[in-house]
Amino acid sequence: MSLLAISDLSVTRRGRSILRDVSLTIDAGEVVGLIGGNGAGKTTLMRAALGLIGFDGRSSLADMPLRVRAKQAAWLPQARELAWPVDVQTVVTLGRIPHLAAGQRPTQADQAAVDTALHEMGLDAMRHRTVTRLSGGEQARVLIARTLAQGTPLVMADEPIAGLDPGHQISTMKIFAGMAKQGKSALVSLHDLGLAARHCTRLVLLGEGRIVADGPPQSVLSTDNLRRHFAITAHFEHTPHGPIFQPLEVLE
Amino acid sequence: MIRAHLRNMVLGGVIGLIAPLVATAQDAPDVRPKRVVSINLCTDQLAMMLADPGQLVSVSVLAREPESSAMADEALGWPINHARAEEIFLLKPDLVVAGAFSSQATVQMLRKLGLPVEVFEPALSLEDVSAAMTRMGAALHQDARAADQVAGFEARLAALREQVVNRPRAAIYYANGYSVGDQSLSGHILATAGFDNIAREAGIPVAGNIPLEVLALLDPDVIITGQRYPAASRSEEILDHPVVRHLQDARLRGTIADRDWICGTPHVLRAVEGLIGLRHDYEAVARGAGE
Amino acid sequence: MRRLALILIALVVVLFVAALLLGPADTDPWQSLVALITREESLLGLVMYEIRLPRALLAVMIGASLGLSGAAMQGYLRNPLADPGLIGVSASAALGAVLAIQTGLAAAFALGLPLSALAGALVGVLLVLALAGPRGSSLTLILAGIVVSSLAAALTSLVLNLSPNPFAANEIVFWMMGSLADRSMVHVGLALPFMVMGWLLLGGVGRGLDALTLGEDAAEAMGINLMVLRLMVVIGTAAVVGASTAVAGVIGFVGLVVPHILRPFVGARPSALLWSSALGGAAMLLAADITVRLVLPSKDLKLGVLTAIIGAPLFLHLIHKVRKMSV
Repeated sequence: MSLLAISDLSVTRRGRSILRDVSLTIDAGEVVGLIGGNGAGKTTLMRAALGLIGFDGRSSLADMPLRVRAKQAAWLPQARELAWPVDVQTVVTLGRIPHLAAGQRPTQADQAAVDTALHEMGLDAMRHRTVTRLSGGEQARVLIARTLAQGTPLVMADEPIAGLDPGHQISTMKIFAGMAKQGKSALVSLHDLGLAARHCTRLVLLGEGRIVADGPPQSVLSTDNLRRHFAITAHFEHTPHGPIFQPLEVLE
Repeated sequence: MIRAHLRNMVLGGVIGLIAPLVATAQDAPDVRPKRVVSINLCTDQLAMMLADPGQLVSVSVLAREPESSAMADEALGWPINHARAEEIFLLKPDLVVAGAFSSQATVQMLRKLGLPVEVFEPALSLEDVSAAMTRMGAALHQDARAADQVAGFEARLAALREQVVNRPRAAIYYANGYSVGDQSLSGHILATAGFDNIAREAGIPVAGNIPLEVLALLDPDVIITGQRYPAASRSEEILDHPVVRHLQDARLRGTIADRDWICGTPHVLRAVEGLIGLRHDYEAVARGAGE
Repeated sequence: MRRLALILIALVVVLFVAALLLGPADTDPWQSLVALITREESLLGLVMYEIRLPRALLAVMIGASLGLSGAAMQGYLRNPLADPGLIGVSASAALGAVLAIQTGLAAAFALGLPLSALAGALVGVLLVLALAGPRGSSLTLILAGIVVSSLAAALTSLVLNLSPNPFAANEIVFWMMGSLADRSMVHVGLALPFMVMGWLLLGGVGRGLDALTLGEDAAEAMGINLMVLRLMVVIGTAAVVGASTAVAGVIGFVGLVVPHILRPFVGARPSALLWSSALGGAAMLLAADITVRLVLPSKDLKLGVLTAIIGAPLFLHLIHKVRKMSV
């Protein structure tokens, strides 16, 4: 069963066409990396798929009622907003909102989901720290933990690993891979093509408002695609340690 | 250069306008003022009573308001002013009569323009009423007429005075809980009519606010309120407060219109008469209850 | 959290009883309470039931309303400077109230006054939200507030100046600074239905405000209907601020000071700040009203004067803090 099905999705904002006729299906057990240059429409695609902005076409998530959708897909926006000096645990617990009836307090099951998410993001020791006093990378991890705590089959994350240290970048990508093993899926926009090549089961390349390539990393990160859509050259090699991708030069 | 020239022209013009007025006043100081303008509700009424026909040129707009003026109908016979320096100046008065509460800026301006301004203090007692009439008579050079009217006023006042043994306790209660004490014109009028003023018990010598609960616990025999003004105000809502209503229902209530005792003129006798009538009602009720 | 609730409730109860027992008239506390509870047919009973009880009730109702609406506005705008008094909602409500009184609407039909104040407050909230945007920066929010409150204050003054009633023009200070003097059970009855409606609406936004901590996108993706949330905040605020202002004028800073003081005690959670600010607001207004009655009983010192003296320095401190954060 697919977790997200988008067909012929187009977004036009202020008279400018941003996405045209995008179709995309995400099945269970995938880590899909959404890549593309700045302004390619990665964020717009994910927000439209969730129904947060208006669009033409269809998206299975946008068709759902708000509360149902919130149990189906979690969303991690790129902007790391933390308006109030609440503690880490409180932020992560916010992820359980879709599972609570009006006025209901978090149950033991909710607490367990929160604890797991905190543990996965290495935040056990920080659970009582005030989020506004954490570093940018730590805040990012807290917000990922909140998204995980939502316990949805699909996680959509907009540049979740930007600003994390290398260790946490890798462990975060591994968490998404672990989710895929449990039959869940992640749609993650990324700029680090090296991590994308290593940890994603599939890459979707956006260019000029369309999906220009969709498939396993080695086929999407072809010399031709890199030249046309990123204007770079790169080294890509399969090794005993897994695939290694290293951008090399900017093309004039 | 041009600006200096303009300034001289303007100043010259103003001085030219003033000069004849000042000259008349100086040349014949004993001559009765011919163009008197009043800019205060109380001086309006005193001047209307004492001036010769044509001597008073204008009265203030308040003189025509029936709520505050005891001579609203008479005032229709005079042009009105709004107590603004410009319009007063253009009336070319040779005397301006004003109250102590008139705008100081206006009075200063008129004086700067060379107009003689007589300022009258508000009356705080019934003696002040006679004094104000005498003073207005002097200002208008109508001393004999003033003396006549003072004598008439004092005779009527003397006739009204009664010996009162049990003085009922009265509260004068206005918008915002405002009340007046013994050292005010209304206080003197109340005392003359044979009442004790509850403001003394509330510690108010001249004027001030009596909190509603203090009023209720002082438990006056009679509550005297002012008349209502048109349109609503929050200040007057206190007169509809359940406590005031309750006190009024349980006790004798009276209304003295503001016009009858705002100003120290012989019209205060109406307030004295009204209050004496109220006291007589109270005594009748008290006798009825006693029997 | 439970301890904070108990402390605040105890504080409100103590201050409420103090408000009943203290006043310009010296009354015996025990006799006063007996007179109130037995609804004694004496003057003391009258004073207790018709003067002190409505005044204390209004202090609780209005204080709770202002605290609650301040916390809700701050949570919704994610800005600690939002206060219905400062951003012009109260001033717009005052304009509505003054219009109702001067046009005779208030006299013609009993609910005319609170309804008109509610309409004024609604226009004020919508104007500020439109001017400042959904997540107004502090600067645009305060600028929008200045514009709306000065315009509303000017129009209020204009209406009162044009009134043929000589007292009306002197009431500008009441409408701008607020007072509970000489209110009666009638006013309690006028304000209560609108306040209850507003309390219910604002009481229901806690979860939405919590979610908004993470931004609008994240909140909406967590199943929060932002349109409904916005409507509840706007109408709830307009209802409680409109009803408060209609009977007591503009009382500023309560909605700013109370959430600011209580925020650290509830771990900054917007939902917990709602109920605690309602209790804190009730306590603050009770204390303020007791003070004005004891300090200058014959001068009718305005409540807003006192809340501003307490609130303005805190506001300066907050601006300083917000500026430091944005640098």
